[in-house]
Formats: sequence, C-alpha cells, structure tokens
Amino acid sequence: MFSYTSIKEYHSFLGTNPDGCMQAVKHYIAAIEANKHLNAFLEVFADEALQRAAELDKQRTEGQTMGRLHGVVVSLKDVICYKGHKVTAASKILDNFESVYSATAVERLLAEGAIIIGRNNCDEFAMGSSSENSAFGTVKNARDTSRVPGGSSGGSAVAVQADLTMISLGSDTGGSVRQPADFCGIIGMKPSYGRISRYGLIAYASSFDQIGIFGKNLADVAIALEVMSGEDNFDSTASSKPVAHYEEHSHKLITGKKIAYFKQVLDHPGIDPEIKAATENYIQTLKDKGFIVEAINFDWLDYIVPTYYILTTAEATSNLSRFDGVRYGFRSTEGIDDLNEMYKQSRSKGFGKEVQRRILLGNFVLSSGYFDAYFTKAQQVRKLLSDNTATIFEQYDAIISPTVPAPAFKLGEKSDDSVAMYLADIYTVYANLVGLPSISVPLFTHSNGMPFGLQLMTNHYEEELMFALSNSFLAK
Amino acid sequence: MEVTEQMIQHLANLSRLSFSDEETKAFKNDLQGMIAFVEKLQEVDTTGIQPLQHMGDAVNVLREDEIQGSINRTEALKNSPIKDDTFFKVPKVIKK
Amino acid sequence: MNLMDKYQIVIGLEVHAQLQTNSKLFCGDSIAFGAEPNTHVSPVTLAHPGTLPKTNKKAVEYAVRLGIACNCEIVRYNYFARKNYFYPDLPKGYQISQHTTPICKGGYVTIQSTEGEKQIILNRIHMEEDAGKSIHDADDFYTCIDLNRAGTPLVEIVTEPCIHSSEDAFQYITELRKLVQWLGVCDGNMEEGSLRCDANVSVRLKRETTLGTKVEVKNLNSIRNVKKAIDYEAERIIGLLEKGEPVIQQTRSFNADNDTTFSMRDKEDANDYRYFADPDLAPFNLTEEYIQNIKEALPALPAELKHTFTTELGLSEYDAANICEDKSSADYFHSVAAINKHYKAIANWMLGPIKQYLNEHQIGYADFTLLPKTFSSLVNLVQEGKVNFSVASQKLLPELMKHNQDPATLAESLNLLQVSNVNELEKWVDEVIANMPDKVAEYKKGKKGLIGLFVGEVKKVSKGQADPKMVTELLQKKLS
Repeated sequence: MFSYTSIKEYHSFLGTNPDGCMQAVKHYIAAIEANKHLNAFLEVFADEALQRAAELDKQRTEGQTMGRLHGVVVSLKDVICYKGHKVTAASKILDNFESVYSATAVERLLAEGAIIIGRNNCDEFAMGSSSENSAFGTVKNARDTSRVPGGSSGGSAVAVQADLTMISLGSDTGGSVRQPADFCGIIGMKPSYGRISRYGLIAYASSFDQIGIFGKNLADVAIALEVMSGEDNFDSTASSKPVAHYEEHSHKLITGKKIAYFKQVLDHPGIDPEIKAATENYIQTLKDKGFIVEAINFDWLDYIVPTYYILTTAEATSNLSRFDGVRYGFRSTEGIDDLNEMYKQSRSKGFGKEVQRRILLGNFVLSSGYFDAYFTKAQQVRKLLSDNTATIFEQYDAIISPTVPAPAFKLGEKSDDSVAMYLADIYTVYANLVGLPSISVPLFTHSNGMPFGLQLMTNHYEEELMFALSNSFLAK
Repeated sequence: MEVTEQMIQHLANLSRLSFSDEETKAFKNDLQGMIAFVEKLQEVDTTGIQPLQHMGDAVNVLREDEIQGSINRTEALKNSPIKDDTFFKVPKVIKK
Repeated sequence: MNLMDKYQIVIGLEVHAQLQTNSKLFCGDSIAFGAEPNTHVSPVTLAHPGTLPKTNKKAVEYAVRLGIACNCEIVRYNYFARKNYFYPDLPKGYQISQHTTPICKGGYVTIQSTEGEKQIILNRIHMEEDAGKSIHDADDFYTCIDLNRAGTPLVEIVTEPCIHSSEDAFQYITELRKLVQWLGVCDGNMEEGSLRCDANVSVRLKRETTLGTKVEVKNLNSIRNVKKAIDYEAERIIGLLEKGEPVIQQTRSFNADNDTTFSMRDKEDANDYRYFADPDLAPFNLTEEYIQNIKEALPALPAELKHTFTTELGLSEYDAANICEDKSSADYFHSVAAINKHYKAIANWMLGPIKQYLNEHQIGYADFTLLPKTFSSLVNLVQEGKVNFSVASQKLLPELMKHNQDPATLAESLNLLQVSNVNELEKWVDEVIANMPDKVAEYKKGKKGLIGLFVGEVKKVSKGQADPKMVTELLQKKLS
C-alpha cells in the first residue's frame, strides 16, 4: 500500500521502487475516486498522469538525474492555466475553455518532474471564503462533510487534507489559501507579492493575487516555492530578488526572535473564545520556547476589510471584462440581435451571483463621481498600512495571529450574507494588502472537532525566516 | 449613501450585465449593504497621503523588442464560440 | 460681411502614430503590416485568462525620441492606466494607455504658414496600445474581428486648440509626418493607417475668449482629407450659428466620396472609462542619462540641417528645402558634401538628373546605389571641364547606375572626355566654318546670335566631345 509523508521520503521510496511513480499515481487516482463526494476535483487527468508516471519511472531507472519534484503528484486550483487542458475558474462562463499555454509556475513544476493530476474545485473566479460559490457544486470539508473547507481554494485544500494528492496549488488574494488550510488542518502559505509569477493565474485582483501552496509537510511546501519562484519574462510584477534556499530553512530550529501580535485581533468581538484562549496559551508557549512575543496596537482592524473589498472589486471588475464571449468562453446566442445584447446575456448567464455583485461594486468604486471617495481613499489607506507595516518590522521579526476568527462553519450558514462572509477574512487580508508572505500552520483542534491554526507573517521576501519559524513552532 | 435602482441599471450597463426587475432589487439590497460596509473608510484621515498605485518592488521592467510568443491561427480561434477559419465573429454593433 | 472675418475657427488635432518597432507594445507579436488576419496573435493579444503585459523598451525610446524632437518636457516617473470599455476589437475590455499621465508634456512643432513661421503648441504625447480591426462588410450577419493590430504601439500627439485655419492644419500634419519619418519612429503611411488624424473643430465669434461647442471628426486618412474635413465642418458649423441653431457636441465621420461629414454618435453615448493605474505594469523612471543618450543620438532635424546648408554651405533656401524633404536625401547630400565642396553643383545634380532617375525607378535615396564618392568624382569631372553636364547626366550617370566605377575612366573608355586640346578643337571649328560660308558671312555682317548655331554644329561634328566654352572662344577669335 502506497503511503506518503514527504517528498524526501518519497524520493527514497522511488530509489528502491522502479515503478514507484506509477504506484503513487494509481494510489491517488483511486483515492480521488473514492472521495468523489467531497467534490474537490473538477477533472482528473488520469491517463496522462499514468503515462507521465511511466515515463518518469523509466527515466529514473535508466539513471537520468531526478528533478527536485520528480514524480511529485500536484493538483492545480481551477484558476491556474495548464496548456492543452480545460480551466474554468469554476465558472460557467469558461465551461469548455481549453488553455493554449501553461502558467510559468506550472512550467517550472513540470521542468522539475512533477505530475499534474487534475484541477481542483473552488469559488468562482476565486471570489469567496467557503468554496460554495462554484458553478460545479460545493466542496466539502473532509474532516466534517457538513462543513465548508474554506475558500476560495477549498478544493486544493481538501485534496491535501484527504490525501488525494501530495501537494496542491491554490491562489491567495485575501486569504484564499491560508483560510482553507486553517479550516482543513493542513499547511497553506502565500508568498510575498511578486515572489511567484502570476502569468497563467486567472486574475482576480492583480495587486493582491499570488499562487499559494498547500502541503502536509513544511519541507514539501518550501521545495515547491523554491522551484516556482523567481523573475519571469511574462510578468512585470514578479520580483527579481534572488530565490533563497527555502527548503534548507524549513529544517531549522530557531528561537529568540521578536514576534508581535495585534491586541485588537485577540480582542475582536467576532473571535471564537476557544481560538482566543488557544492563541493566548500558545503565546505563552512561545515565550517559554525563548521567543520574545509582544502585543502591539493595530488601529486599522476595522478598515482593512473595507479597503480590501474596494480595491479588489475594482481590479476584478476590470480583469473580468475580457469574458465577453467573443474569443472564448460562453456566448449566449438565442434571440441576440446585437452586440451589446450579446455581451449582457453572455455575462449575466455565465457569471454567478457573487461574481456579478463584485463586478457591480467594482464599477461603482471606479465610476466617475465616486472614484476619489472610495478607490483613491482605499489606495491611501493601503499606503498608510504599508508605512505602518514597515515601522512594525523595524522592531519585530514576525507577526502572529489566529488565521480565522472562527473554525469551519456549516455549509449554507453564511451564504446569504455577503458581508458576514467577507468578515471571515479579517485576519488574512492584511498580508495581501501590504504584500507580506504568510503561512497558516495547523496547531490546534476545536472542541467541535475542527482544526484551526496559527498565522505567521514575516517581512517581504523573508520566506526563509517564515519557514524556520514555522518549523520551530511545529516542533514538539 | 442611498443606492437606487437607477444606479444599479447604470452599473449593470457599465458592466455589460442585464437583470430582471427582481434581480435589480436584490442587487440593490446587496450593494446597499456592501457600500454601507465600505463607507467606514471615510473615518480615516488620509490628508496628504499618496495613494498606493503599485504593489511590489519592481520598477523599470521592460522587455527587448523581439518577435516571439505568437500562436498559429487555428489555436487562436479554437476556443471562439462563433468564427470561421480566419476571423472571430460577433453580432453587428447596431440592430438591423 | 465676410463670414470668415466674423468667426474664428479653432482646431485641435490628435494624431495617432504607429511606432516602427518590431513587436507589439506589451507582447512579442510582430506588427508588420499586411499579414493574414489573426496570425500575429499570442495569448496576451487574445487576452486569454491569466495573461499579463510587459512593456517594449524600444517603444519607450521612440516616444522619448519624438518628445525631444518636439521640444516637450519628458516626464521622469511614468506608468500606464486602464481605459475600460467594451468593444470586440479590444480583447481585454480595456485599453492600456498613458492618457492620464503622458510621457511628454507640452512642446511644439514649427510650420511654415502663409503668415510666416509658426509654432503649433502641443499639449502632450503619450503611449498607448492600438485596438484590432472590426470588419463590418465581410459578412451579412456578423462583424469580423482581426486582432493582428491589437496591441501595436501608438503614440498619440495632441495639439492645443491653437490652429485657426485648415491650411495650417495641413502644414502641421505634413511637418509632423515628415518628422516622424525623419526620426525613424513611424513610417507615416496614412493609407495603411500607421498615421491617423482626428480633428476637433469649433467655431466662435472673433472677439470671444471661450471656446465654441467642439465637434470631433474621424476617419481622415490623408492630409488632404484633413483639410477638406475641416473646411466642410467650419462651413457647416458657421451655417448653424448664422441660423441661430445649436451646434451639437458629437463625433462625425468624414465621407471621402463626397467630402462631407456625417454624425457617428452623440455625447450621450460617451463612456465612463474609469481610468486607474494598471497594477500589472511596474512604473518606470527615465533617468537624466537615459534622456541625454537619446538626445545625443538624435539625428540633426530638417530645420537644423536646412540652416546649416544655407548658412554654412551657401545653398539657396529653395535648394536646401528640397534637399531636406526627407532624411535619406539630406543624409546623401551631407555625405557627398563632406568630400566635395561644389555644394551648388551637388544640389543641382540631386534636384535634377538624380531626382529624375529616382522618379523613373520609383525609389528613394535609401535605395540609391550611386556611392557618394563616385558621385563626387562625377561632379568634379564636370566642374573641371573634362565632361560637359549633359553628357555626364545623360550618358555617364546611367552607366554608373549599372555599377559603381571611376567616372573618369568610364568617360575615357566611352570616348566621352571633353576635348580641350586646341589643335583638335581647331580642326572641328575649321571644318564647321568651311561648311557654312553663308552663315559665316551673316555672322560677320553682325548676326552675332549665330554663334550658338556654330557651337551646336561643332558639338555634332565632335560627337559631343568638344568643350563648348573653348569652342565658343575659338569661333569668336576666328570669325572676328
């Protein structure tokens, strides 16, 4: 029986198993099939994955060098383009769309020998915090199928949670990797803005989006980050800063660092008392481990979600204008006499309600007469937040907080109230607003049986420290 | 501020979306809630603050003037709902 | 009362020039004209999900080059914005443009008008990407979309509303077109659409300071049509004003079939473009060094060269202006003038027989194969009296065009060298005098005009080789 713990162990296993990749892929195909009810996968590239596994097994046994991700089974959130494969952003408007190119991140994974096993379900166009907004059905939390896995990268999270893949990719614009990781009890990280190329990531909010990584093992996540990171000729916003040896740092044990947490976060009226208590106890544990942990003032908590929604809906409304039924995607044709009717019918029938809401709000904040009061205002607040962040990191090495104020909620519980759903992001949007790398580490279990984690943020492009700290936190 | 149905119609037009009367009412309520939520920002004093327009540290990112990356026409037209082997096709702008 | 005395026409011109780069502004598709539809497209041009733009550095350089040549202020900190609207030839549903933050501000272009030299003041020059093409008449039910052109780099050059006659507008577009070609940033081909002009026309009473209602006129695909459209519009608007009827702010299209304009759309259809800084494109800073380098690499401009040619080389205004009509002509003259001081003669050759040759072969100086040093030798041959001008231009030049060779050697081999040897000349002169006793008698009696006839005869008899100057002197001596 094939079992997986980490890429390192898997590669050892491959060393003595000439058909090791095939074993792995067969195992996951069966697991995905057995867990169809979770609805984590929209499509499984079974035949192709088996073929690739066979090729990799052959190359390896013939003595060719193994790539760093040789035979590693990866699944992709349905917003990441893979040439020759369908990608739909979990939306009817892209039903049957086949990508003609691969995301840079995917090309880099493949170049190191990864096997892409399928695409994961998610909230439509990554807009949501529960994975209930998919046009292809809700994703269920494997720990408790009456609960949401979180969103928008719910399918990717469940894929790792339920052992349907080794690692998976999601996207994180306001917490869409960290929050599902928290709800599903696994590791989920978002790199610094610009660390991984966004070329091939279907854009939601261009200055917030990053591809994120789910895994059960810190080193796995670190290797994947190393492989995908770095500048890219197709993305002007990708950083040219050198890529550090994240994997190496993911094995380190450190102490003595200065860690901040926001007073207002733990005092927030919406925080679940168990989460608050667990975090406070953990702060003490960290102090006992030799870290310096201090509460600081953060007056911005009430403003960060509004700022986030103004800016992301504005960018999104523009990013989604290309879905017009002309060159690809769904086009409504019945009773259509003219162009504008075609646009309106295609988009109204193709986009789900939450996406339409955000498109409307985005156009509202950008429209003449409101632009200064909303959009410019939000950009100014973002600047203030950025400056404040720089000040914090002059004194501290890292910031911690609970990832989410409450554990995974029941299916349907929040789907009628957009604003209530938005507030679930309150602890995670900060990292996207100011571009910080952030990870959710599974440390706790709620009395209701659901997992929850701790969020850790370090300064821009200090993922190595983030991994070292995470490892130190996870170490018993 | 108050959100009217007229505003929704205007925004729908800008967004190239079209709604039934019930949908318009529903979106009006939704947007009313969302706008009320984001109005909170008015409390923040932002006098003299430069809006943050670009994220990340990238500056002066330019590419060489080289020809590359084009795909063949079949690939380009492949996903289009209505086309022939040369052009994308759309209904004419004005109703006949 | 003359209506033109009562009213002032106010014109602002917006010119879009396609930059002569190899690839598009934000991706690597070719921008070469005339390709099969939808063959210069990439996922970026097609605005496929997940695609991103990246700015072409050459396009920036060309924009700065043009800005410097137009005396603009070059803006140091630059970024692009999104102009949001829906149209099938606009794949992303927004155009990436510097409309809100142009790379060049102010500036001017000098024109020669009927009232002397004028400066047409510019408002700005900014970069933006072109849209694709919508073809409305290829299909009965559908509009066909070709995205080859989508993403081509453009600069938009906008004047202040400071032009007051269609003639000045004509001169301005002419000068601007010449300038962009001169700088090598745009091929200025209006028929192919690499240079496009929209005119904003309004009319007010001469004493008014506020502007009248503005009408935009599009679809002007030649410089002549710009003038015609403005003339038509001015007349139409004045007509409305005289009748007390309102002038509607609208966009009109020029109909080249009958030189009129018709309404395309009214202001009610105006879009809210919701401009915001494009988050996908990093801002770029132009350093002093960068701008200085471009400035230094700039070729001497027509006005400057004309000045040099007239003041330092003694060419007439007329000759200098003609030589400086385009850059390859000016460059050619310059390279010959560097090795040969007979400037007037060089100009005469270039504006005479060479121009004729170029016209006959439908080429320009860029494809003219006569090497400057060969040409220089040819000029010298005539200057030194070794070959006369008509022989040189009619017989030597065509041979030299077939392949470059030393003109003196060629002349000798073809027996075209002018004979200046007195003995030889005397033989021919004597022969002609002997053959025309009656004319000689008339000449001696006082008909001095006949000298030309005798020179012509000597020319015939010498097969063009006789030096006409010396022949004339000899004849005069012998017939006195």
